[in-house]
Amino acid sequence: MNYVKKISLIWFAGLLAISTGIQAKDDAVEKGLEIAKERKARDTGWDNSVANMTMILRNAQGQEATREMRVSSLEMQDDGDKALTVFDSPRDVAGTAFLSFSHAMEPDEQWIYLPAIKRVKRIASRNKSGPFMSSEFAFEDMTSFEVEKFSYEFLREDKYNGEKVFVIEQTPEDEFSGYSKQIVWIDQEHYRVRKVEFFDRKNDPLKTLEFEDYQAHEVNGKQFWRPYRSYMYNLQTGKSTELSTNSLEFGQELDESDFDKNSLRRAR
Amino acid sequence: MQKLPGWMKWCLHSPKFALLLFVALCAVTATGASQLYFRGDYKVFFEPDNPQRKAFEDMQNIFNKSENVSFLVVPKSQNVYQQDTFELIHNLTEDAWQLPLSTRIESVSNYQHTYAEDDDLVVTDLINEGQYTRSHIQWVKDVVKSTPEVDGRLVSRRGEVAIVNATIQLPDGDQTKEVIEIADFARSLEQKYEEQYPEHDIYLTGMVIMNDAFAVAAQNDAQTLIPAMFVVITLMIALLTRSIVSALATLVIVASCIAVTMGLAGWAGLFLSTATVNVPTMVMTLAVADCIHVIVSFRQFARQGMAKHEALTESLKVNTKPIVITSVTTAIGFLMLNFSAVPILADLGNMTAVGVMLACLFSLTVLPVILNLVPMRVPATKKESSSRFERAGDWVCLRYKRILPVSLVVVVGSLFFAGNNELNDIAVKYFGQASTFRQAVNVQEETMGGMSNIDFVIYTDEEYGVNDPQVLDKVAALTQWLNEQPEVHHVTSFSDTMKRLNMNMNNDDPAYYKLPENKETASQYLLLYEMSLPYGLDLNNQIDINKSAVRIVAVLDNLGSNEFTAFEDRARSWFAELAPNLRLEAASPPLMFAHIGARNMQSMVWGTILALILISGLIIIALRSWRLGLVSLLTNLIPAAIGFGVWGVLSGQINMALSVVLSMTMGIIVDDTVHFLSKYQLARKMGKEVNEAVIYTFTTVGQALVTTTAVLAAGFGILMLSDFRLNSDMGALTVIIIVAALIVDLLFLPAFLMWLDKDKRNSRGNEDELREKN
Repeated sequence: MNYVKKISLIWFAGLLAISTGIQAKDDAVEKGLEIAKERKARDTGWDNSVANMTMILRNAQGQEATREMRVSSLEMQDDGDKALTVFDSPRDVAGTAFLSFSHAMEPDEQWIYLPAIKRVKRIASRNKSGPFMSSEFAFEDMTSFEVEKFSYEFLREDKYNGEKVFVIEQTPEDEFSGYSKQIVWIDQEHYRVRKVEFFDRKNDPLKTLEFEDYQAHEVNGKQFWRPYRSYMYNLQTGKSTELSTNSLEFGQELDESDFDKNSLRRAR
Repeated sequence: MQKLPGWMKWCLHSPKFALLLFVALCAVTATGASQLYFRGDYKVFFEPDNPQRKAFEDMQNIFNKSENVSFLVVPKSQNVYQQDTFELIHNLTEDAWQLPLSTRIESVSNYQHTYAEDDDLVVTDLINEGQYTRSHIQWVKDVVKSTPEVDGRLVSRRGEVAIVNATIQLPDGDQTKEVIEIADFARSLEQKYEEQYPEHDIYLTGMVIMNDAFAVAAQNDAQTLIPAMFVVITLMIALLTRSIVSALATLVIVASCIAVTMGLAGWAGLFLSTATVNVPTMVMTLAVADCIHVIVSFRQFARQGMAKHEALTESLKVNTKPIVITSVTTAIGFLMLNFSAVPILADLGNMTAVGVMLACLFSLTVLPVILNLVPMRVPATKKESSSRFERAGDWVCLRYKRILPVSLVVVVGSLFFAGNNELNDIAVKYFGQASTFRQAVNVQEETMGGMSNIDFVIYTDEEYGVNDPQVLDKVAALTQWLNEQPEVHHVTSFSDTMKRLNMNMNNDDPAYYKLPENKETASQYLLLYEMSLPYGLDLNNQIDINKSAVRIVAVLDNLGSNEFTAFEDRARSWFAELAPNLRLEAASPPLMFAHIGARNMQSMVWGTILALILISGLIIIALRSWRLGLVSLLTNLIPAAIGFGVWGVLSGQINMALSVVLSMTMGIIVDDTVHFLSKYQLARKMGKEVNEAVIYTFTTVGQALVTTTAVLAAGFGILMLSDFRLNSDMGALTVIIIVAALIVDLLFLPAFLMWLDKDKRNSRGNEDELREKN
């Protein structure tokens, strides 16, 4: 009797341990998703913006290359955002315009206008993981954050540069993503991303992205935070890219007609 | 007779304390050996400031690294255009992304093919999952044939082999751990796919696999040659001394020399490589030679009826000077390897030099102590061998007038055949046919042509300069020129990509398979193309971030050093004429190896000359005779001449390890000369005539010379068993030179002395004696 009791007790303890393990995992997933949703909610409603940006590329040898561009963005409900990028430098690609409709699960739709031949070309490719303007930023790093792009797991609370942050792991749902996972530091006060660690397909650390100089913009009475400087460092090749915002305006009265194939030709 | 130094006497008088000191020394230093580690990357062969290495590293910093692992997929049907091969290539390509430190995987399956469709530019993998139908296979075959970036690079031109190529980003410095990890992973993939697709063979090549093969070769040598060496010397000593106790005592000395040498190397932060892994074998060989001298004389004296202690003291008295001199000269010879342009050969020299001096110390102190402590019998045997040497001396004296001209003919002939030798360092050919890496290289050579690449970089020093039509024209011209060269198998060039893009942008009209007409168009096409490539397949390995430099990769036959560097020069001068205002650089690991032979030879010339001066100087001081010192110069150089002559007939291929053999052997072969000349000098001082002196020399040292040569030849001969060419060639040439040295010392030297001293006959010895008395 005693013996049986003992056995069942061990069983019970074991089951409890396993189930609490599962429970803990479920909780972490739940909490991760909550944070992601809150992050998205805090960043919904900005409608449209126009930014002037500079990208500085550096390689392991210390060489530098600079690209200037203007980015118009249009917030889309229940889909990825639309973006129109016009390159101002280097000179030989000045006037080239790039239009992208980003999507959570399907390949992004992309068109490019080449002023040299005055033609718009659609790019049909699985390039989500590819580099943007041969920088260390991939297309998927540049497009808008959508909750359904990832599955989440809350890892821990931590401090980042003195601020309290959530650290969560997010795993891309798209098989064509270049990453196996990302670890994201999100501050608890404003739900702004402070740092991201990217892991490549073999789960090795690939890049780190740090956001600095966050500034608040008020749109329709709501505050939106934008980083004015982001720094991407490739841990494997020693290359890096610095993206800085020179100016950023909201409420530019843009609508979908400013983001179609025809608008590409007009963009200058 | 000279007196024994006090500290050596002390050893004999307080044997227990000396032994204790010895054991403590060994224990303390030998622990350093645990800090030794294997290093298997090819960069150990090059100094950090080696110009070709620097050029290559700069190039790797500007573009992405090009260390790689290549999977050669060989269907047994000799045709890759079939369903299961396509499936294999596709799946292997996907799996290869899991290779540690891989940054880029390329194959016919994930090649980013571009084509026009209405107003779209379609960029797609050539083989997506499930696209294994016959019609798709045919489409791929057609695309490959019209795509120079794939044909001959990712699929062989006859279509019997496909390649999955993984680019690896290795860390700087020692990479052995990573290399082994990557190679193991690659082998597990190889095995998995060979099992899954039994109609296919898979071979592994590439720089990472070659690095792994270096480590494997070093470990093989350590595991096979060193034990073989122990067996050989134990047998050898037992045979020569007919005493197990002597053999064991020698083993103790030899083992302790190795342990302390390797321990000190470990403390000094050195590492094991394909070269230094053979330090134990060399130290062992040289230590045995020392021990044998001490033991043989000891037994001779003991046989004459001396007490053990007395016989040991006498043996030390006669042997100390020659052993010290030969050890010092050997150490000098090895130290001169510091002149080498190959760092691991310098390490080999330093470690062996330390080992030699330790052998000298231990054989003069510890060995007698051990012999004194252990009980042993000395059976009295007849000295028949000395009478054999007496006859030999007689024979030489009678025929010296014939020996000299014959020697001259041999030397001239050797010098003539030595001219056959040419510098040749082809890294992949260092590995023996038994190595799996070499077998893979052979398969690649048969199907793809060679695997020796030269990366050419054209620097425009101007942002977006590579898109300038004038520059693009030059790039295309260089590409075409390279393609026309008979030794070139494949050229990867951005100009081909640009031509194809231009065609795609003009609705795939073949008439537009040419370079765009202006810089803006080219730049914008490139931007468009770059924006459409997925992760790991970008153009960073061909174009730098400023678009100011472009890399063109030519794959050539696995040529010898001279042809390879000649090709480089030809390409450079052709391009300099074509485009004098553009800067062209060429670099690659095969190019590094092609240059190292000549560079090493140049630097070793000075090392060898310095060795010659130091060693001859030492002999002049030791023998206190200018004449004999200069004679020794001849007997040191002639064996080398013969050695390289014989090598010219046997092989004719000089690799980086052989350039150092001259300096290395000089210190060893001088041993024979010193022994011979010192005994000859002694005989002359005793007032003997020249021929009597020669015969006396033969009877006293003939046996010892033959014995040590046999030991040395056996020891270095063991290296010939190595499957690694650098080591086996080094062993072979060293043996040839050591044997040649014995023959020169027993035939030419006495004959030459007879001729040199023929006028003086008796007088010279008296003169010397007179001088000494004054």
